[in-house]
Amino acid sequence: MNRGDNAFQGVDLDDVVTRAGGWLLLIFLCVSAAGFAADTGFAVHMMICAAAATIAAFYTLRQVGREPEAARPDRYYDDVIRWGVIATVFWGVAGFLVGILIASQLSWPIFNLGLEYTSFGRLRPLHTSAVIFAFGGNALIATSFYVVQRTCRARLFAPALARFVFWGYQLFIVLAATGYMMGITEGREYAEPEWYVDIWLTIVWVSYLVVFVGTIVKRSEPHIYVANWFYLGFIITVAMLHLVNNISVPPSWLGSKSYSAFSGVQDALTQWWYGHNAVGFFLTAGFLGMMYYFVPKQAERPIYSYRLSIVHFWSLIFLYIWAGPHHLHYTALPDWAQTLGMVFSVMLWMPSWGGMINGLMTLNGAWDKIRTDPIIRMMVFALAFYGMSTFEGPMMSVKSVNSLSHYTNWTIGHVHSGALGWNGMITFGAIYYMTPRLWGRERLYSLRMVNWHFWCATLGIVLYASSMWVAGITQGLMWREYGEDGYLVYSFAEVVAALHPYYVIRTAGGLLYFAGAIFMVWNVWMTIAGKLRDEAPMTTAAFDPAKDRPVVPARTAAPVPLAAE
Amino acid sequence: MSYEALRQFADSWGLVLMGVGFVAFVGWAFRPNSTAATRRAATSIFEEDQADG
Repeated sequence: MNRGDNAFQGVDLDDVVTRAGGWLLLIFLCVSAAGFAADTGFAVHMMICAAAATIAAFYTLRQVGREPEAARPDRYYDDVIRWGVIATVFWGVAGFLVGILIASQLSWPIFNLGLEYTSFGRLRPLHTSAVIFAFGGNALIATSFYVVQRTCRARLFAPALARFVFWGYQLFIVLAATGYMMGITEGREYAEPEWYVDIWLTIVWVSYLVVFVGTIVKRSEPHIYVANWFYLGFIITVAMLHLVNNISVPPSWLGSKSYSAFSGVQDALTQWWYGHNAVGFFLTAGFLGMMYYFVPKQAERPIYSYRLSIVHFWSLIFLYIWAGPHHLHYTALPDWAQTLGMVFSVMLWMPSWGGMINGLMTLNGAWDKIRTDPIIRMMVFALAFYGMSTFEGPMMSVKSVNSLSHYTNWTIGHVHSGALGWNGMITFGAIYYMTPRLWGRERLYSLRMVNWHFWCATLGIVLYASSMWVAGITQGLMWREYGEDGYLVYSFAEVVAALHPYYVIRTAGGLLYFAGAIFMVWNVWMTIAGKLRDEAPMTTAAFDPAKDRPVVPARTAAPVPLAAE
Repeated sequence: MSYEALRQFADSWGLVLMGVGFVAFVGWAFRPNSTAATRRAATSIFEEDQADG
């Protein structure tokens, strides 16, 4: 049959049938794998994959008889970015909610519900992965596609592949999240998913790289804007980290368990080389890509120093990769490696603050925008917290400080000042920037609501960080308190009891941060719906009609009324 | 490659390559007459006058 004739009336039928057949084969394979699975968890995961393939087959068949989507080379490809914004907001709320639940579990153990599936140990990786990879990852994919198209002045390369990246990434999230609840884990910090989910993520991630690099290659703007450097650094480094850290062997190809290729301290170092660079390249470089585009755009001023941004980029790339060993102070790791990790961490302070200053000074001459524009306020706050947590981090990597802070809640506080303050706030800023533009709205539903979000989130972070500082230092000091005869003064349970009030304060902080996110859901929802909130603008120039009068000359005594009056 | 050989390379030629690479990448931003190019790059993001899809 002539393909051209068919395509004339709608989508090519041969093509649709072939693709639907492919999905059907995949469904069959997944269901067979579930049937022969070595353990229940693997069977459940294969059924989830089969369900995903069924949905894909359904959408493939629905194209029959419909007009194919017109290719619009004169438009940016934004569909996948719109889905990404919604997914970011959705997973953000889900991740924050699980965070509040596990914070409550630490305060009141009854929230463990007495079930293995909802115990702290299983929900904790669910929370970290949901906020880092689901909320942060979706934000990174969506903003990177937005920024790379606009800065390259080119339509996204391979839109179909971009759609695969988006949906494939959501499947990765669902497999990871359900796996944690069923106890499927490699036990590697921030890399808990098992071998088959890792392979799936590798396929998705390589596709992501192809879409991103393909768009850069077909750019019509000669210079590659610095935000894209950060995004590309993030994509490539995360690919490398993921591959090396997850080298493992499953005893069964139809089972969910695998064993690491490394052992002992080598395994620990590989894991923390990954773990710290996940922070460095996923949560720092990627989000800096956002910062270098959205802060200048929202401020309507070019970045303070483009040269400094390039120094910032290369310094991060060259220094970050060595900082991982600071997670293994006073362990079996050789002393020289610990010191190396510490020294490079301290050196990182300089480029980090260079970047923070670069972002903040972009507002030079327009500082009043912090007062008048709540989105800029959010971004400036994010930069301030980027600076604070990149100062705190190097300080905590110094061995003598680490001997007090390690294994305590101080670390948790540090991570959250970076995650809630820097990653969260810059993402909220980017979402508020993109939403009206992506849906073709005049403005956000409400700017005042952005302000409410800002203050809820800020107060939440203050409660969270300060309670964890106090808790961490209390914990560290109580653990190292020796009596006169050389015995430990406090038992572990006594330390836990001492921390209870701080855990409760932390939960309250999390609730406030969550309340702010609810304002965002409302605001984004109504913006997409095309509504505008009837509200007074944030600022207007002062005007008092009562004073809008000429000055009466002093010689005429004021009380004398004019005849006409 | 043995551990010893890797260490030898890492703290000799490897270190030199890393150092020279870093200085070259950063130095590139400070080459003479690059001011106009960096200003152009920094303001390039404001040249969007196209319709969004």
